[in-house]
Amino acid sequence: MNGLLFLIPVALFLGAVGLGAFIWALKSGQFDDPEGAARRILLDDE
Amino acid sequence: MSCCAAGTIVGESAPTPTPARPETGMRHSDFVVPGIHCAGCIRTIEQGLARVPGVVSARVNFSTRRVAVDHDAAVIDAEGVGAALVALGYEARGFDPAQAGDMGEDVRGRDLLRALAVAGFAAGNVMLLSVSVWSGADEATRALFHWISAMIALPALVFAGRPFFRSAVTALRHGRLNMDVPIALAVILAGAMSLHATITDRGDAYFDAAMSLLFFLLIGRVLDHMMRARARSAVTQLMSLWATDATVLEADGSSRRVKVQDLVPGMAVRVAAGERVPADGRVASGQSEIDAQLVTGESTPGAVAAGDVVHAGTVNLLAPLVLTVTAVGNDTFLAEVIRLMEAAESGRARFVRIADRAARIYAPAVHLIALLAFAGWMFTTGGDWHAALTVAVATLIITCPCALGLAVPAVHVVASGILFRSGILLKDGTALERLAEADRVAFDKTGTLTRGQPVVTWMSAAGDEELSAIAGLARQSRHPLAVAVAKLLDERDVVAAPVEHVSELPGRGLEGWWRGRCVRLGKPGFAGEEVDIPAAGSALVFAVDGQVAVRFALEDRVRPDAAEAVGRLAALEPVILSGDRAEAVGATAQRIGVAHWQSGLSPADKVAAISGASAGGHRVLMVGDGINDAPALAAAHVSMAPASASDVGRTAADLVFLGERLDAVPFALDVARRARRLVLQNFALAIGYNIVAVPLAVMGEASPLVAAIAMSTSSILVTFNALRLRWMMRRGAGADEAADDGVTAVPPHARLAA
Repeated sequence: MNGLLFLIPVALFLGAVGLGAFIWALKSGQFDDPEGAARRILLDDE
Repeated sequence: MSCCAAGTIVGESAPTPTPARPETGMRHSDFVVPGIHCAGCIRTIEQGLARVPGVVSARVNFSTRRVAVDHDAAVIDAEGVGAALVALGYEARGFDPAQAGDMGEDVRGRDLLRALAVAGFAAGNVMLLSVSVWSGADEATRALFHWISAMIALPALVFAGRPFFRSAVTALRHGRLNMDVPIALAVILAGAMSLHATITDRGDAYFDAAMSLLFFLLIGRVLDHMMRARARSAVTQLMSLWATDATVLEADGSSRRVKVQDLVPGMAVRVAAGERVPADGRVASGQSEIDAQLVTGESTPGAVAAGDVVHAGTVNLLAPLVLTVTAVGNDTFLAEVIRLMEAAESGRARFVRIADRAARIYAPAVHLIALLAFAGWMFTTGGDWHAALTVAVATLIITCPCALGLAVPAVHVVASGILFRSGILLKDGTALERLAEADRVAFDKTGTLTRGQPVVTWMSAAGDEELSAIAGLARQSRHPLAVAVAKLLDERDVVAAPVEHVSELPGRGLEGWWRGRCVRLGKPGFAGEEVDIPAAGSALVFAVDGQVAVRFALEDRVRPDAAEAVGRLAALEPVILSGDRAEAVGATAQRIGVAHWQSGLSPADKVAAISGASAGGHRVLMVGDGINDAPALAAAHVSMAPASASDVGRTAADLVFLGERLDAVPFALDVARRARRLVLQNFALAIGYNIVAVPLAVMGEASPLVAAIAMSTSSILVTFNALRLRWMMRRGAGADEAADDGVTAVPPHARLAA
């Protein structure tokens, strides 16, 4: 029972971190141009 | 387009970095640049624009082929940025995202993704807690887990369910039932029932089922949205290729660029050699030849002189012409074609997507079953509304079209991805479904079955010196026949000899001086003798001082794989509908083995031919490229056009294919048919699942565990079945299946990235 009190918040927190990361990525436009990102890898300057 | 050439620097002054000054007219402009196709293009454009004074930042979006530029309006305006893009070697067109209705859609896509993320997070965590409940968590733990689930699920249901609630409310307000009504009802009722169960600590909680229902349905929505966005970006890409400017000559001799829609009858317009005629008009001065291929389908250019009428969309080949505009807007030939197109298009609007057809039957059925289950339980339990409502909610959740919602979008996204990679752009979401239904096919000739450019098919023996003189002459002309000869000589590495005082005589040929002798390259009657002209081609003669030295035979070659591609469509009884001369059409038909052909057709005749077949109960696939084909493309059940097609042709067509090879047509048909088969299989899977699960739910045996397992497995099954399309196309066609359809799958060699 003690384990539960500790583990459930941890699980929820990790899930929320993932969700937050995804929403941040979405907001900062990282899903706007997936094809371009694949090709920009080939550019060595910048 | 000279893409991937080293970055050309625009602006003669040294590049000076302009600091961002938000207070002095910072502007944001968007451009559609269809020519972007490699990493080099991204660098050329971004670095090239960064050097332009006044440009603060430039960012290429490769997926949508767009460039977003922030610039200081005080230093450079949007048109200046556009001109800089053109100077970099890219066709560019400014566009207003708000006007294109584009920004709103992008926001919608993001909303859906955000809802999907929240639903995924909530579904995962609630499921985690539910697993412990199912595996026998005892009373206090069970209550705790229900409470935590409720706190995660309720806000998530409200947030992630919005797209469905909104759509359901709209449907109900119009007195209709759509798929979203039972979904919204199930989600709301399941949430309320489970909350009640949590508070009273009595009965099962369905938070996990409601949450994963939303999660799976949102995946379907996101896929469907991606598919539409892909189609829309293809449309904007193609639209941006329209020619929009014309050079107007003023009375005082000066000239200015004017947008085509601002032209007025009576204006004098100059059309440079190689330029497209912007409006219908009469030639005021100049002599040239006009290529009317895209307008009438005629393969040989015609000579024009002062007083002749030329149509918008034709290409001026040889020398500058000055036209007096005679008609604009509604009076032009083009407007006539567009009117025919709109009249023909109405039939297509009646097409209903498979998913919507299914929803029409499915939505009322779901409600009826749930209502009957509720009434039945009320009756048998003698008015235990709690038990009856639980069963009704379980029935709604179980019957909810998770698998149905995924069945179509998953297949279509996979199919359109396969087509896109093979250089076929899908412009309309329903085109795949319509393409699969085609049972007749009609082709245009010029530019569709043929390349629309003549090539040299035969040449008489010639000495090296003569060849270099011919190259010197031919390179100075834009006439398609001269270009074909020049190309042949280039391939043989002939070095062009200097030919002086070259003049071009419209309708006849080229004349010049080479080593003090008069040389001519042109029609047999002009350059020298009369020879037999091959039925479907043209002849060119090279003469020195009136003595024939070399002869050429040229022909508008059929596409290299035309016979093969058309042969693969034999089951659809191919027909050629052409506006060209009978001899030319007949020869092409014979070469590629098409038995039925019609020549000399006007745009209206083509529409009549298509509607004739439609009236006979057939669904016609029309493949064409010209302005004259556009009404037929719109009238047909489904249509395809090569990327080299006229603007109107590309707009009218549902699918546009890039590259030289015509096997894009049987390939697309094959993908569409396989996609339809998979969609139907998916429906069968979904219905089969319902046949098993619904009785369980109605009997009251659908515990949250059963609901969760049934829903997830059917959704995953349907998705994997959709992915099978990719695997099928990679492996090539199964010979047995292909024989049924009369088509086989050979991926076109035209690759987008080429």
